[in-house]
Amino acid sequence: MSEITDTLETSIENPVAGIDQSNGNFKYDMTYDFDAGTGLSERTVDYISSVKKEAPWIKDFRQNALKTFFAKPLPTHWASKDLETINFDKIRYYLSQGQKPKRTWEEVPEDIKRTFERLGIPEQERKFLAGVEAQFDSEAAYSNIKEAVSKQGVIFMNSTEGLREHPEIFRKFFGKVIPTSDNKFSALNSAVFSGGSFIYVPPGVKVSHPLQAYFRINAENFGQFERTLIICDEGSELTYMEGCTAPKFSTATLHSAVVELVALKGAKIQYITVQNWSSNVFNLVTKRGLAHEESEIKWIDCNIGSRLTMKYPGVVLKGRKARGEVISIALANDGQHQDTGAKMVHAADETTSTVVSKSISVGQGRATYRGVVHIPKGLKGCKNNTECDALLINTNSRTDTYPAITVRGDRHAVQHEASVSKVSAEQIFYMQQRGLTEGQAMSLSVNGFINDLARQFPMEYSVELKRLIDLEMEGSVG
Amino acid sequence: MAASLADKAVATPAVGSFTPEAFERHLSLSPSWWHERKRAAYARFESLPMPSRTDESWRFSNISGIKLEGFVPDAANAAGTKAAQVAFSLAAEPTLTFVNGRLASTNPLPAALVAKGVVVCTLSEAAQRNPELLREHFMAQPQKLGSAKFAALHEAFIVDGAFVHVPRGIEIEEPIVLIHSAAGAGTAVFPHTLVIAEEHSKVTVVDHFLSNDQFGQFACGANDLYAGHGAKITYTAAQCWSLESLSMQFNSTVVRRDARVQSLNLHLGAKQARHESLSQLQAPGGFSEMLALTVASGAREFDQRTLQIHQAPNTKSDLLYKNALLDKSRTIFSGLIVVDPDAQKTDAYQSNRNLMLSEDAESNSLPGLEIQANDVRCTHGSTSAPIDADQAFYLKSRGIPEEAANELLIFGFFEDVLSRLENEELHSAIRNLIRKRMGK
Repeated sequence: MSEITDTLETSIENPVAGIDQSNGNFKYDMTYDFDAGTGLSERTVDYISSVKKEAPWIKDFRQNALKTFFAKPLPTHWASKDLETINFDKIRYYLSQGQKPKRTWEEVPEDIKRTFERLGIPEQERKFLAGVEAQFDSEAAYSNIKEAVSKQGVIFMNSTEGLREHPEIFRKFFGKVIPTSDNKFSALNSAVFSGGSFIYVPPGVKVSHPLQAYFRINAENFGQFERTLIICDEGSELTYMEGCTAPKFSTATLHSAVVELVALKGAKIQYITVQNWSSNVFNLVTKRGLAHEESEIKWIDCNIGSRLTMKYPGVVLKGRKARGEVISIALANDGQHQDTGAKMVHAADETTSTVVSKSISVGQGRATYRGVVHIPKGLKGCKNNTECDALLINTNSRTDTYPAITVRGDRHAVQHEASVSKVSAEQIFYMQQRGLTEGQAMSLSVNGFINDLARQFPMEYSVELKRLIDLEMEGSVG
Repeated sequence: MAASLADKAVATPAVGSFTPEAFERHLSLSPSWWHERKRAAYARFESLPMPSRTDESWRFSNISGIKLEGFVPDAANAAGTKAAQVAFSLAAEPTLTFVNGRLASTNPLPAALVAKGVVVCTLSEAAQRNPELLREHFMAQPQKLGSAKFAALHEAFIVDGAFVHVPRGIEIEEPIVLIHSAAGAGTAVFPHTLVIAEEHSKVTVVDHFLSNDQFGQFACGANDLYAGHGAKITYTAAQCWSLESLSMQFNSTVVRRDARVQSLNLHLGAKQARHESLSQLQAPGGFSEMLALTVASGAREFDQRTLQIHQAPNTKSDLLYKNALLDKSRTIFSGLIVVDPDAQKTDAYQSNRNLMLSEDAESNSLPGLEIQANDVRCTHGSTSAPIDADQAFYLKSRGIPEEAANELLIFGFFEDVLSRLENEELHSAIRNLIRKRMGK
């Protein structure tokens, strides 16, 4: 009994579910060499561009994007009104420690290593960090490409280096999959982007080791605008992973990334995200892939953190027999709104797409699925299958589903199904009767709900995911 | 208010043919008890903007097809204007027949029903006999599906409508048939049906909307269904306006404790039709079954918006909307299930099936859920697909010609909905109506 009282006392911020969200609530003092100050203007953009010593066309690209950003309204006619609370004048748009991207673990500064340690990344996983492009604030603080990968001719660098050293490869697709004017936040990213990964995989190369990147925010009011562009040439294969964890701050932080994938003929890209921003971050990300003939793009997207996430990974199926897939897991706890989904745009014959989304709402959390499936005129043999399942844990949890499906013509098959349920009382009773506490039983049941999707993650990620769910489910019952 | 609208640079809200002058003329023709409400409605209509492209409740709709110009409100019944030939093969004579909004003919209710207190009359008559009931239920529910402007137009220009009142405990077996007919070029009609079923009563009402001429008309109709505790309403609306018409229909259904409402909307006519249907499950045990069948041909657009609101625990709703798309037609289905906080044990289902029969047809489906209670069973499904190749092959292999086989399969597709009707006569009458519409 006294234990329960203790839990309640330490969780004033979560009066309903009584979840202790102070896990991960820490930060270290950092000194930043370059700082664009707060607020956004043409000067900020010029400053970022000059610090990065960019080519004039990139500077023009940024300036045009800035105009688009100012011109575009917030999409609040369909999106959450919470967006209006973002104060764009109080955000830092560029911040760098002035470090050159590091090559080895030893060169990584001690305080950054401490942050990794505090985040609980075990020794075991630090080995994986060896193959990682880890982004610390806006610059890559640590970057170590496996030698074997570069020997295969794979280019793996940050956005600044990529545009500077290989414009002949990256310029062709940069900003083409997601045009600047796609939405307000893609325009913002195009104006102030820094960091992120630019990857090129040459024809026929199968990258056996997944490339990874860890993103972190560690400055108050600091917006992070990384830009990722992955090009897989004909017949190549790549798996890319990004995971985010961030310390908690008292004022809102904006994260607005743009990720563009291009799979040329027969290529396969798998892009895995585990998002666990602290619960004050606005995570407004635009992700889209362009799939050419017989290629395959698969997004595996897991959203656990942030205050508001709006992210709808998409695939434009441009070539015959291209395949797109989105696997989405979202967990919304008190004060969180996970507005996630998928976009499948069929633009060629015999293209297929699959969307599987599972969301869990805990306490007063809100999980939303928003999707688009579009099959225009004149195509044949397109198929889409969408499944959305939502699990509601507490009586005041909320879930929404807003798909939009357009089909033209009589030669396609499209189906969408969604269901909403709660954890089975019989299951919980059975497990409790076998000696598990209600919390443990709940945790096990929720893990079971997403198990078939979690299995698609690489092993270390699915272990991390399970741990995160256990953490989130602490105290959600009783 | 006016200033803030101007600030947003909204063009002067379109009133089209429904100008203040036209409204004053209309008022001079309508009974004075109605004037106050009508003036308020007209003010709403005038101030609300036309739907815009960024309006979520009009997503995918052909907004440019909705023009209010060129229509004649209060079209006088020219001599010889008769109700259009009714295609419905029901034994029951229509109780009320409206032509261009005015009562044209009546058939008395059986004396036994009159003796029990059943009332089927015009709204004007009800205003004399039952003003409280009318005030309580006529257009009393919120317009939540995007057409507040057009619902206000309906209320401002309505000439007359049907009023059905079934007292407590009375069960009526024979369907009550109501005909709403329009004729003449550009005629604007505002049909209305109000059904009030008191506690534990039972009634079947059939609304038939039709015009047989080649002209384009504007039909802006509404119907209010109210099922008191334990009441049972079966409502069928067959929309057969002329193929050049613009049709808008707003349905509101209120379901009280242990009541059950089944509504079937049949969409066969009009060039562009929008139908909004709102079901409010207000007390435990309520059940709303929402059905619709659409035959979309030519370049027609059928735009259906639905909202199932579960406001109390232990309520149930089941929606099945089926569209058959031919030629260059377009359909839009946008449905939303809302489960209010504390509406535990809700059982809600929503299904939209689109049968694609042409290369140029387009279906848009937006099945939505907003759930704020956890102990619920809510599912929805949406499919868009052509005739199943295996089924077509099977029929072919049995020697059935392709055309006949397709017809069988299309009616098989509709049967799912039709078989939910308990009234056999109504079932076959609707099937015949569809058959005629498809020229079979």
